[in-house]
Amino acid sequence: MQIESPAFKENARIALHDVDLQKALGNLKAGFPTKRAAAIERMPEFDSLRDEAMQLKNHIIENLDLYLEQFEENVTKQGGHVHWARTSDDACKTILDICRQVGAKTVTKGKSMVSEEVNLNEYLEANGVTPVETDLGEYILQLRGDHPSHIIAPAIHLNLEDVTEAFHEHHGRPRSSDPAVLMQEAREMLREKFVAADVGITGANFCVAETGSTIIVTNEGNGDLTQTLPKTHIVITSIEKVVPTLEDMTLFQRLLARSATGQEFTVYNTLSTGPRRADDQDGPENFHVVLVDNGRSEMVGSEFQDMLRCIRCSACMNHCPVYGSVGGHSYGWVYPGPMGSVLTPKMIGIEKAGLLPNASTFCGKCESVCPVRIPLPKLMRHWREDEFSKHLSPKAARWGLGGWAFFAKRPSLYRLLSKGANRALRLMAGKKGRVTKLPLAGGWTDWRDMPAPSGKTFMEQYKQQQR
Amino acid sequence: MQTSAKRHQVGLFVTCLVDMFRPSIGFATIKLLESAGCDVNVPSTQTCCGQPAFNSGDKATSIDIAKQTIEAFDGFEYVVGPSGSCISMLHHYPELFAESDPWHARATALKGRAYEITSFLTDVLNFDDILASYEGVATYHDSCSGLRELGVKQQPRTLLAKVANLSLNEMEESETCCGFGGTFCVKYPDISNRMVENKSANIDASGANTLLGGDLGCLLNMAGKLKRQGHAIEVRHIVEVLAGMTDEPAIGDANYNLGKAV
Repeated sequence: MQIESPAFKENARIALHDVDLQKALGNLKAGFPTKRAAAIERMPEFDSLRDEAMQLKNHIIENLDLYLEQFEENVTKQGGHVHWARTSDDACKTILDICRQVGAKTVTKGKSMVSEEVNLNEYLEANGVTPVETDLGEYILQLRGDHPSHIIAPAIHLNLEDVTEAFHEHHGRPRSSDPAVLMQEAREMLREKFVAADVGITGANFCVAETGSTIIVTNEGNGDLTQTLPKTHIVITSIEKVVPTLEDMTLFQRLLARSATGQEFTVYNTLSTGPRRADDQDGPENFHVVLVDNGRSEMVGSEFQDMLRCIRCSACMNHCPVYGSVGGHSYGWVYPGPMGSVLTPKMIGIEKAGLLPNASTFCGKCESVCPVRIPLPKLMRHWREDEFSKHLSPKAARWGLGGWAFFAKRPSLYRLLSKGANRALRLMAGKKGRVTKLPLAGGWTDWRDMPAPSGKTFMEQYKQQQR
Repeated sequence: MQTSAKRHQVGLFVTCLVDMFRPSIGFATIKLLESAGCDVNVPSTQTCCGQPAFNSGDKATSIDIAKQTIEAFDGFEYVVGPSGSCISMLHHYPELFAESDPWHARATALKGRAYEITSFLTDVLNFDDILASYEGVATYHDSCSGLRELGVKQQPRTLLAKVANLSLNEMEESETCCGFGGTFCVKYPDISNRMVENKSANIDASGANTLLGGDLGCLLNMAGKLKRQGHAIEVRHIVEVLAGMTDEPAIGDANYNLGKAV
């Protein structure tokens, strides 16, 4: 996926005026947050589970090496293979090698954001292997040559009409705008692909160290067909997904479903433990797990360590008023919203992603809904500090801040400045009591009036009264 | 009535926006504190809480301003301000210093003494002896920092319930950000505008004729939008209503006398 994060402001401007996108985003707002609230209402212990999950995640991150080695040992014991991928490139090469070893022409894919992160589809296509997305949302996006705009509802930016057109164009069948018909059509198309695929690639929501199992949590069942039917199953996931035990995993499952979609439990929770055994009815002959690092291990012990707790539920973006206004594509890379504004600078560099951690009012809604209590505003602020210390923030902003700071640190001079500004604003406002056009503050007055000061400054009036 | 010796010694954190734009909020805060049994002083060495620097990643300036504020309020039993946002910033001061730094302890002590006005009256003083009257239907915007960092939600409503002749119509999404966000509103003006448009639609739909809130930054933003859109809704800080100081025209509504400007 091309990096478009430096164009965040332009992307956002276009998105704000995109009528269809705004309609689609309206559905999101009415959907996930309402359902989440209802699910939590029914679970009084939700907040204590969040505390438990946060502590458990912290423990895992502090012992990440141990749990990952235990996971590898147990995958191997079950007859599977673990591959360590430091970079996106390593991950893609590893997967292509496996595909070539088994002579794969087509691979089916379950939904995986890590595969988006490493740009797997483009890599496979460029090397003669055809990936077929089987998650309905991802399938629609693949037909359209599009990318996910949300981490669990990838096609949330589309409306029904877009699906109608995409299916008509690619399936060559009559147009239908009946969701049931469209669903059936996708099923029929995908069924052949499932059977024909040589390799199935899925992600993993969690990797269980004690058993060497991976789990996918889905609502469509496509993931099960993807990983059961082909002879080879490749799991692509990232190192922070490891959990010590099955019991631990269930804690996260409970939080994940409620935080994400407001379900008490996701429909399909499918564990994969090694390849097919002699007495198994089905399953792949080969089982591989590709564990992607991609900068994550550097986050351990850094000011961004808390971000590794993320379980990719999407609650932060579902509740974010900025995401809700501009949609996921505006962020210009794989992970949008508040969690993306912390992860993206780590993965593509703050030089390219600097606008993202700045695109927040720090309203704190994201942190307040996060099931593992990640202090997202604080982490975004750390990126702003990084940007500031590297002199990457815009010159005008730096000068403005510097000038303001000079006065703010000198109370007597500050009084003179505020007195002057107070007079100037009142003169400009005249009898209206507000300024409609303010030089250097067009960002404000293009859209709203600037209420004028109601009289002399507080400090002036207070001083007069004290006399 | 408490004797002078027993009265709480409160330092008023005016906030830079109240100082510059709406002094009556500062005076209303003093009036409320005094009627609740406090002696109020206003240290002249305070300026701004430092949030613009803190949220822009300028840690050095944040530290300088934090030290200045800590010194300004040394010796006060409590520090109270008419803003959840600025008081939240005071609560962030300990993060600026290493735990071994003596300033860390001073910052932590300040944090323990610093309160937003409605929370101080309700949670600390258990005061609800509000004698004001206000003819109108109000709706209340929960500003983000006060709500999520300081837990200010019920306190303003408890106090407003004591105001004679005032009724409260809650708007939809009263807890959703208005789009002000300090420098955010000028760095991302069109996104900020969309957020305040959503907010003004919710305010309008509430049927209220008065919008109240506890943070002047948010109130300037919402008043600026409502006035630009031509709404007649009056916008005021909650302390103006609680202190019975509503003679002054509402925010952005003024007919100030130009002659008095200088």
